[in-house]
Amino acid sequence: MSEVLQIRGLRVAVEGKEILKGVDLEVRPGQVHAIMGPNGSGKSTLAHTLMGHPRYQVLSGSVSFGDRDLLPLSTDERARLGLFLAFQYPSEIPGVTVASFLRRAYMAVKQREVSAVEFFRVLQQKMRHLQMPMSMAERYLNEGFSGGEKKRNEVLQMAILEPKIAVLDETDSGLDIDALKVVAEGVNALRGPELGVLIITHYQRILHYIQPDVVSVLMEGRVVQTGGRDLAEKLEEAGYDWIREGKA
Amino acid sequence: MAVDLAQLNEEYRYGFHDPESYIYKSGKGLSRSVVEAISAHKGEPEWMRRFRLRAYDAFERKPMPRGFWGGELRHYPLDFDDIHYYVRPTERQGRTWEEVPDQIKTTFERLGVPQAERQFLAGVGAQYESEVVYHSLREEWTRQGVIFLDTDSAVREYPDLVREYFGTVVPPADNKFAALNSAVWSGGSFVYVPAGVQVEIPLQAYFRINAANMGQFERALIIAEEGSFVHYVEGCTAPIYTTDSLHSAVVEIIVKRGARVRYSTIQNWSGNVYNLVTKRAVAYADATMEWVDGNLGSKVTMKYPSVYMLEPGARAEILSIAFAGRGQYQDAGGKVIHAAPHTTSSVVSKSISKAGGRSSFRGQLKVQAGATGARANVRCDALLLDEQSRSDTYPLIEVDEQQVTIGHEAVVSKVGEEQLFYLMSRGLGEQEATALIVNGFIEPIVKELPMEYAVELNRLIELQMEGSLG
Ligand SMILES: Nc1ncnc2c1ncn2[C@@H]1O[C@H](COP(=O)(O)OP(=O)(O)OP(=O)(O)O)[C@@H](O)[C@H]1O
Ligand SMILES: [Mg+2]
Repeated sequence: MSEVLQIRGLRVAVEGKEILKGVDLEVRPGQVHAIMGPNGSGKSTLAHTLMGHPRYQVLSGSVSFGDRDLLPLSTDERARLGLFLAFQYPSEIPGVTVASFLRRAYMAVKQREVSAVEFFRVLQQKMRHLQMPMSMAERYLNEGFSGGEKKRNEVLQMAILEPKIAVLDETDSGLDIDALKVVAEGVNALRGPELGVLIITHYQRILHYIQPDVVSVLMEGRVVQTGGRDLAEKLEEAGYDWIREGKA
Repeated sequence: MAVDLAQLNEEYRYGFHDPESYIYKSGKGLSRSVVEAISAHKGEPEWMRRFRLRAYDAFERKPMPRGFWGGELRHYPLDFDDIHYYVRPTERQGRTWEEVPDQIKTTFERLGVPQAERQFLAGVGAQYESEVVYHSLREEWTRQGVIFLDTDSAVREYPDLVREYFGTVVPPADNKFAALNSAVWSGGSFVYVPAGVQVEIPLQAYFRINAANMGQFERALIIAEEGSFVHYVEGCTAPIYTTDSLHSAVVEIIVKRGARVRYSTIQNWSGNVYNLVTKRAVAYADATMEWVDGNLGSKVTMKYPSVYMLEPGARAEILSIAFAGRGQYQDAGGKVIHAAPHTTSSVVSKSISKAGGRSSFRGQLKVQAGATGARANVRCDALLLDEQSRSDTYPLIEVDEQQVTIGHEAVVSKVGEEQLFYLMSRGLGEQEATALIVNGFIEPIVKELPMEYAVELNRLIELQMEGSLG
C-alpha cells in the first residue's frame, strides 16, 4: 500500500492568530518535497502541526497518511505510525543520555523490547555512518551540544527510528560544509521507495545533495508556487520578490 | 494510662504466623509509665532509663515546632494520643534468616533484603515495628573490629562506647521530636568503625512499619574513628499500607579526623506516615560527611540532615531528592554549620511536585566568625509537573566571617511543553516522556548511589509517576 501524506486546506492558528491559511501539499513515498519560504511564512508551524503539537490549533482542513486521519492522533501515536520531525530547535533534556533516550524511543516505535546489547549495535553503526563519536551517546540529550551537533543528532534519531515520512525543519542551518555533506549522505542512505521526505530549507545548497522531486514555496501561510528543482535555484538567485510581485 | 506488661504480654502472644501477632504492643498514647514500661521491657541500665525519662519531660515541655523548622506542621495536626509507641513483633533477634519468624521473613524477602545481602552488602539490619528482627555483619569486617548491631544490643554489649556518644550530637531537648525519640526509642543501628578501617561495601538497614497507628522511633549512632570509611544505607523500599503512623528517628554521626561517612536514605513510606526525623553529624579535621537523602511517599516529611564542621578542613555534602505527590508535603533540605577554617560544604536539593503535592526546600547555611576560607555552595532545583503543585525555597544564610566563598542558586522549572513534545515526537507516551524528564532531573543525585539503589530509586519514581502509589 502506498502511503501518501496528504494535506488539504489546512488552516492553523497559534494563540488565536491564524498562521496557515489553507495549505495543500502532498508527499509521496520515495519522494523528496522541498519547502522554501521567507522567515515567518509558517514552515515550522506546518511541521509542528503535522507532528501534533498541542499549541497549534487546526481550524479546518485535513491531514491524512495513507488511509489514516492524522489529526485526532496524539504526537506519540503519529511517531509510531512512522512520522518523524527533525526539529529546527531541538529541546535539551538534562540528565537523560542520548543512548538511553534513543533506546526507549526505538522500543516505542518498533513496539517491542530491545536488549541494551542489540540496541548498542544499531546505535554504533548509525553513529559511525554519521561520523559521530560514540562518546556523544553518553552525553545528555542536546545539552551543551553545538548547533551542528544538535542537527546531526536529529538525523541520527531519524536513522535509528526509520520513519516513513521525515520532516526536516532547517536541518541544514548551522552546519559547516563537511557536516552538511555527512548529514545529507545520512538522509540519502535512508532514501528508498518507502520514505517520503519533506525538507524545509532556506538554501538550495542542501538540495544539491538531497535532490528534491518537488519544490513548493510557502508565503504568508499559503503555498504560492510549486515547481521542480530549478525553482529552488531561481529563488536563491532572485529571492522571493518576484513571486510577491507576480502574486500582487 | 497504666500499662500492665504481664497482661499485655499474654494478650498479644498469638504465635508467629499471623501478621497481626505481637509479643507486646503498648496501648495508644504516651505517658511516663509507657516510657518506664519500654525501658523495663528492654531490661536497660539505669542511665538509659533516666535518659528516657528526662527526654520525656522535655517532650512534655516542648511546644510543637513553630516558625522556621517544622512550622508548617500546624497544617497537619498530629494526634500523639492515637499512636502505639512500642510494638515488639518477636521474642528474639535472628542472626540467620532461619531464625526470623516466617511472616516477617516473607515480608523482607518480598523487599529483596536477603538477596541484596548475599549480593552486595557488608551487613544488614532489618527492623519490623519497634524491634530489629535480624542483624548480621560479614566475618571479614567483624575481624577488623567493626561493630554493626541494633542499638538496643549495643547498649547491652558496648555500654561504655554507647554512653560516651549517645545523645551528644542530638541532645534530647533539641526539638520536640528528638525528645520524643529519646524517650521511646527502640531499634535502629549502631555502627562503630575502628581507625583506618575501610568498609568498602555498604551496610544497610531496612525499616518496616506494619501495624496501623504505629510509631517507629529508631535510633542510629555511627562512630567513624580516624581515617576510616563507611557507607550506611537505610531504606524502606516497599509501599506500606497503614493509617496515620509516625516515624520519628534520630540519627547521630561522629566523623573523626580524616574519616568519611556516607549515609544514604531511600524512603518510601505510605501516604499516611508522618516522617519527622532529626539527622545530624559532627565532622572533625579533614573529615567528610555525606548525606544522600531520597524522600518519596509519606504524608508529611520534615527532615533536614545537618553537618557541624567543627575542625579545619572538614567537608559536608548533602544531596537530597523529594517527590511530593497528591496530598503530600515534603519539607526537606539541610543544615551546614561552618565552625572552623577551610571547611567546605555543598548542598544540592532537587524536588518534584505532582498532582497538587507540595515540596519545600529549607536550608540553613551558617559560617561562624573565624571560619576563614570557608567555601559553601547551595543549589536547589524544583520541578513542577502541573499547575496545581507547589514548591517553595526557604534559605537561611548567616555569615559572620568575611573571607568566605558562598554560592546560592535556586531554580524552579516546569516540565516544558516543548520538552514533552520533543520526546513524544519520538514515540514516547506522555507518561513515559514525563518520567524520563523527571529521571533526568534527579540524575545528578542518582548517579551518586550504588547501582542497585539507583535502579530502585528510578523504579520508585516511575511508580510515583504512574500514580499507583497515590
Ligand atoms: N508559539 C507561537 N506563539 C506566537 N506566534 C507564533 C508561535 N509560533 C509561531 N508563531 C508565529 O507564526 C509565524 C510563523 O512562524 P514559523 O515558525 O512557522 O515560521 P517559519 O516559516 O518557520 O520561519 P523561519 O524561516 O524563521 O524558521 C510567525 O509570525 C511566528 O511569530
Ligand atoms: Mg522555522
